[in-house]
Amino acid sequence: MKKYTYTEKKDTRSGFGAGMAELTDKNPDVVGLCADLIGSLKFEKFIEKAPERFFQIGIAEANMIGMAAGLATEGKIPFTGTFANFSTGRVYDQIRQSVAYSGKNVKICASHAGLTLGEDGATHQILEDIGLMKMLPGMTVINTCDYNQTKAATIAIADYEGPVYLRFGRPVIPVFTDENQTFEIGKAWMVNEGKDVTIVATGHLVWEAIKAGEILKEQGIDAEIINIHTIKPLDSEAILSSVKKTGCVVTAEEHNRLGGLGDSVAQLLITEYLAPQEYVAVNDSFGESGTPDQLMEKYGLTANDIVAAVKKVMSRKSESL
Amino acid sequence: MHDIQKLKNIASQVRRDIVRMVHACQSGHPGGSLGCTDFLVALYFDAMKRKEGFDMTGKGEDVFYLSNGHISPVFYSVLAHAGYFDKSELATFRKLNSRLQGHPTTHEHLPGVRIASGSLGQGLSVAVGHAVGKKLDKDPNLVFSLHGDGELQEGQNWEAIMYASHNRVDNLIATVDYNGQQIDGPTSKVLSLGNLKTKFEAFDWKVLEVENGNDMEEILKVLDEAKSLTRKGQPICILLKTEMGYGVDYMMGTHAWHGKAPNDEQLQKALDQLEETLGDY
Repeated sequence: MKKYTYTEKKDTRSGFGAGMAELTDKNPDVVGLCADLIGSLKFEKFIEKAPERFFQIGIAEANMIGMAAGLATEGKIPFTGTFANFSTGRVYDQIRQSVAYSGKNVKICASHAGLTLGEDGATHQILEDIGLMKMLPGMTVINTCDYNQTKAATIAIADYEGPVYLRFGRPVIPVFTDENQTFEIGKAWMVNEGKDVTIVATGHLVWEAIKAGEILKEQGIDAEIINIHTIKPLDSEAILSSVKKTGCVVTAEEHNRLGGLGDSVAQLLITEYLAPQEYVAVNDSFGESGTPDQLMEKYGLTANDIVAAVKKVMSRKSESL
Repeated sequence: MHDIQKLKNIASQVRRDIVRMVHACQSGHPGGSLGCTDFLVALYFDAMKRKEGFDMTGKGEDVFYLSNGHISPVFYSVLAHAGYFDKSELATFRKLNSRLQGHPTTHEHLPGVRIASGSLGQGLSVAVGHAVGKKLDKDPNLVFSLHGDGELQEGQNWEAIMYASHNRVDNLIATVDYNGQQIDGPTSKVLSLGNLKTKFEAFDWKVLEVENGNDMEEILKVLDEAKSLTRKGQPICILLKTEMGYGVDYMMGTHAWHGKAPNDEQLQKALDQLEETLGDY
């Protein structure tokens, strides 16, 4: 198991804020729109550096998406920001018609995704957003794993022509990827090569997968871990070549087990290469109030849950042999 | 100077296109299309500053957004007459493999269309977004948009209306097709809009009214006035009182032809009433 360490913990949303600040110099066409959540999205530096390119929309997310489509038509590259719930579910039809179907170069950036938003509870914790966004034709769906990757992804999507959903979170989590990485949309990142099981993880569950890999190593299980930061388009080649080697897969995500990364992987396997799969995901449920750690524990999204899923999938693999 | 007779002739040709398009596929929305014909003709053939050809951004020219996308027949016909694509293509309206989808879309790359519309209530936000984009680019041209009155029942409009006045989006002229009809009946019965003029004014918009939205002279006069009032700190709304189905007697004064196609006999009757015969697709 390759050793991963970290010296600090940061929230992924601050990576978004840092990426946006850098884009003020890098790309004069980038504009920011926010629905009354400047602090939550860490837009402050962008506003400080390019106030004329920032639009405070107020608590009016539908208008924000429409305005972004209009700005994109003029040739701007709009980045909209609010919580994941209000970025997707609340404005699904606006994104569908005015952005995706219209082919507009809008970047829908969503903070506070998933359960780990914490104490606010289920009204604010969307667990269906990856599914909603990946069902839209032409939509790219990205879910980043730490501060550095979120910053790199934010900068990278400005150079990509087309609608993008960029998902990140609220809690502080280990920063373990390179500071000066380049972000390649649609290209999986091999975290650790192994031969017994494939763990495909996205978002901050990648860190849980690394912890799980260390636990498994002590038990003599050699896990291959893949960071899928881009859920759509899915790096099918990377997943298939790994599963062909290991013969089984565990998917891990902070999302409803229906419609997320796990389902994308399952769809790939059922059409290309049959292999046992287990999901680490929220079991078709709403969330609730609690600290992020409590919620990760209660809804089964920790390293230990990944370990348990690995055991289960490996026993199914041996049964099928 | 406005060439009123030329505009009226184009409007008659457009009306003939509308009834024939809807008849050919036995589907579509003739009522609102006929009601808005004079306005769209005035816009594209007189009021708007347009460049040659078409590019998606509309930099350096006025742009128009149709929010009430179901009146696509009038939009397509006006675009074709304005030279964005060949008039013969109008015959493919709502048919398989056509660029002229039931509701307008950019998906088929039809020149003249900059946004998909049809799911109601979204167009004003897009128009506001484009207008602030033009300001950012220091482009002195204007953004025009058209909305159904029933469409104002969608709350997103009021988000956009609030934004536009708060942020002094004064390069925008939004027109409401104030025909008082929607699918299920008169707007006053389905869900009353109240006094739209005072509502827009309460949101700090400048409001202009056209009492006869099918009178070319009156439309041109208000469009001139609206343009003269841009860049003065307020977004502008035109309340255009049109008659649904205007030009075809049996379609007027009722919401029955909101989304219904004429049969062969009804088509002929409509064509007979629309006096201009030149330029049919």
